[in-house]
Amino acid sequence: MSTPGALESGSRHDLRTGASPDAPDEDKFKDEQGAFGYCHSYETSSRYDGPGLRVVLFVSGCLLRCTYCHNPDTWHLKDGTYVSAEQVLRRLGEFAPALRSIDGGLTISGGEAMVQLAFVKRIFAGAKEMGLHTAIETSGFLGDRADESFLSVVDLVLLDIKSSDPDTYRKVTGRDLAPTLRFAERLASIGKPVWVRFTLVPGLTDDPANVEGIAKFVAPMKNVEWVEVQPFHQMGSFKWKAMGIDYKHKDTPPPSRELVNRVIGQFRDAGCRAR
Amino acid sequence: MKGSAALKQDAKTDAWRGFQPGDWSSTINVRDFIVRNVSSYTGDEKFLAPPSQRTKAVWAKLQPYFTEERKKGVLAVDAQNPSTLLAHPAGYIDRDNEVIVGLQTDQPFKRAIFPFGGLRMVETGIKAAGFEPDAKVHEAFTKYRKSHNDGVFDAYTPEIMNCRRSGIITGLPDAYGRGRIIGDYRRVALYGINRLLEVKRQERAQIDDMWPNDEVIRMREELAEQMRALQDLASMAKLYGHDITQPAMNAREAFQWTYFAYLGAIKEANGAAMSIGRISSFLDIYIERDLKEGALDEAGAQELWDQLVQKLRIVRFLRTPDYDALFSGDPYWATECVGGMDLDGRALVTKSSYRMLHTLTNLGPAPEPNITVLWSNHMPMAFKRFCVKVSRDTSSLQYENDDLMRPYWGDDYAIACCVSAMRLGKQMQFFGARVNLAKALLYAINGGRDEVTGEQVAPQSMPVAGDFLNYDDVMAKFDSTMEWLARTYVHAMNCIHYMHDKYFYERLEMALHDRDILRTMAFGIAGLSVVADSLAAIKFGKIRVARDATGLVIDYQNEGNISTPQFGNNDDRVDQIASEIVTSFMQKIRKHPTYRNATHTQSVLTITSNVVYGKATGNTPDGRRKGEPFGPGANPMHGRDSHGWLASCLSVAKLPYKDALDGISYTVSVAPQKAHLSETQLVDEATKAFDLYFGRGGFHMNLNVIDRETLEDAIKNPDKYPQLTIRVSGYAVNFVRLTPEQQRDVISRTFHGQI
Repeated sequence: MSTPGALESGSRHDLRTGASPDAPDEDKFKDEQGAFGYCHSYETSSRYDGPGLRVVLFVSGCLLRCTYCHNPDTWHLKDGTYVSAEQVLRRLGEFAPALRSIDGGLTISGGEAMVQLAFVKRIFAGAKEMGLHTAIETSGFLGDRADESFLSVVDLVLLDIKSSDPDTYRKVTGRDLAPTLRFAERLASIGKPVWVRFTLVPGLTDDPANVEGIAKFVAPMKNVEWVEVQPFHQMGSFKWKAMGIDYKHKDTPPPSRELVNRVIGQFRDAGCRAR
Repeated sequence: MKGSAALKQDAKTDAWRGFQPGDWSSTINVRDFIVRNVSSYTGDEKFLAPPSQRTKAVWAKLQPYFTEERKKGVLAVDAQNPSTLLAHPAGYIDRDNEVIVGLQTDQPFKRAIFPFGGLRMVETGIKAAGFEPDAKVHEAFTKYRKSHNDGVFDAYTPEIMNCRRSGIITGLPDAYGRGRIIGDYRRVALYGINRLLEVKRQERAQIDDMWPNDEVIRMREELAEQMRALQDLASMAKLYGHDITQPAMNAREAFQWTYFAYLGAIKEANGAAMSIGRISSFLDIYIERDLKEGALDEAGAQELWDQLVQKLRIVRFLRTPDYDALFSGDPYWATECVGGMDLDGRALVTKSSYRMLHTLTNLGPAPEPNITVLWSNHMPMAFKRFCVKVSRDTSSLQYENDDLMRPYWGDDYAIACCVSAMRLGKQMQFFGARVNLAKALLYAINGGRDEVTGEQVAPQSMPVAGDFLNYDDVMAKFDSTMEWLARTYVHAMNCIHYMHDKYFYERLEMALHDRDILRTMAFGIAGLSVVADSLAAIKFGKIRVARDATGLVIDYQNEGNISTPQFGNNDDRVDQIASEIVTSFMQKIRKHPTYRNATHTQSVLTITSNVVYGKATGNTPDGRRKGEPFGPGANPMHGRDSHGWLASCLSVAKLPYKDALDGISYTVSVAPQKAHLSETQLVDEATKAFDLYFGRGGFHMNLNVIDRETLEDAIKNPDKYPQLTIRVSGYAVNFVRLTPEQQRDVISRTFHGQI
């Protein structure tokens, strides 16, 4: 278990109104009602996480341990604050008229949003009632949990496919690749809009064969509106340091423009709409 | 005689050829002229022309001055001749290439002196610039002539002096020109001096039979002064070989006449803010006529704008180091308003709105003129998009909410200084700087003693007792302190403006007004977000006080580190407190009668004085440390608006304009886009964001599109960034000309992701 550590003041954690209570491990977490959950933080002005302007809610708890994770402070449920869905929706409601007027919406990210499935579903349902577009950012590792009724309140899935090679995937995340691919296929079969996200880390995920594998897998899927190549950055490194955990990418540079272009090119050559 | 009168009539008819007549033809009514003749433009910017050879030649001549000034500061001072309309002979930059002529003194960048405001300020300024004050001027203004500054200090009370010294009230225009008055400079172009004189004579004749009480006598004297100023203005123009007694015949003359009128104003007054008004759509009417007549082409039209703007970029006043600390970077707010709508719902966007903005491309970004877009959600999309693009490329524009102001001020108002709306030629303001509300809160806690010096400044009252602050207790005390402060503030302002009218009357600017005008007295508050966050901390947290040996509360501890709501996050718990403070202080101000029955108004604006105020203010209950800058204007405190610009701007948009009719300043810095959106999408999204903010009642937005790294590099390598412009509270500055302190302040502000 990590300790939340001392993050710089002025970060986006004002939901954390006190120390978090003890929370169970993510693996054992049961969340049948979803009236309460653990939230890490939120921001209101993202242009990256879905169409239009997004309020992004970061919930805590994740089963993956990606070596380049830029939110390691969201891995454990107890990294978040125990709040009611009602409170989250009340806060969201204060932004809803503004969001509607500029075609924005709510994105729930994490952590892994599907750890707290019922909680997230309740929030999405509330957001839909406010007339907002909803998006979930997920690794897909818990995709089997997402039943039809859950997906019915999700307009868009931002699906992180970190690798097409099971070994690389395990090296990056510590987990299996198969559930993610299974989830992607299911989303394709029901025609749920998806933006595939691929984080490009020099020396880790940049192998042409690795990229090629994802591209080939995704290209036939008509529900995939975008493939987004996200260049690795060091903006999360201060958190690793603050938390005192070993960071493998201290010296990893962001990918060069050429490398990014090559990878985008690979996706496009395979027939994907990539950016 | 009859013949010459007929000739004059012909000249006028000829000057107005092709214009749609109306009320404006028989009375002084520029607004009517504009709405009857303006050509709204809904297309895009593709028609715009590059700078002409002549423009480039003049610009090249000016560059060495700019470079030299950046290194040396003040380049030259005329210490001998106090500035008036006729104090200096004609001056030129490059006579063969100047299409628009006229300088403040006989040489560019030579600064004039204005001892009528106050001699001490003049002499301090001269010495600080490394020159010698003149003995004769000294003698004249000590032995024979009293200044505004002398007058004010005759009338001040010890209490006011204490407030000035402690820094709870600062920046008062008691030693220099008050500014914030906008002559309707367009009148000179449309009507010519003779006609304006004739109307002034009528205005004077109408009050001849009124009983001469103070007000009537003053009005008569002022009208006499105004007429003299108009005559002097015509003589000044003659020095440059122009006859402005008659209306302008074409676009070039209209530009020249309008500029002469403005030039006259800055020769007569050294106000902190000397706006030019709202000239672009007015002058566009002349350009359109010339274009139709084939007398001008697009390159020629742009040349007029570029050259006028060149002149507006080299306005200089001599200031003192103290003044520079408050208003950093040598600003003078030659504010020009573009855009907006008229009362019939038609956009006042013309091709010249584009041309004005295009000067930022042709001449490069610059802080002056302070170009202000009067944003209406109903303006043509193409113009909105163009504004956003110019902001992105230059960070030189500010935006103000026309949909919010129009119901109050009609469709022919302009902005004085940063955010003060006034109807042109029909309204003026008694400018009043601002009070430090954060300090007032600390006075309330300390029974009226200053938290830094321990001196008793406000009347003695019961300080807070016990170890913890109680919200109701502090609020009650703060309320009384604000009552006292409001009263003292109005008192000081009445003294100042009485004396300013008496010793430093702006005869030319007022000549370009109607006789009977609305006067506002503009009060201001600083430190709003500090006060709101402090009160929220007291209300929602547990604040323990620490006292020094004399019992003075000097520090605050948030016991248990309870996170309390902070202004700038769209959180009603604290946003409401901020709004209530604005309303409450305004109501207190309104209780006290003003000089000349001026209407009380208020601004939430700091210019760059947020740094100076912060420096003079002790620790505050919100956790801000002694000496730390306040958030500028109505901005949240640096770094506390941590949920993105949407949350931040929604908080600011809640502040009630009805109780801050002198404006609410908000500055936003966003990083240049790195997102995956296309250029068109980004511009569209930003346009929508503007509509959102202004649609929710936001008043003002100073927009910077820049990242911290660039600013840090500019501090290290100023020569690489001679024209780097950045908007601070209500105006723009050359970043490299800010003091190091101000630069650090700008860098420490919140930078949001892209809009």
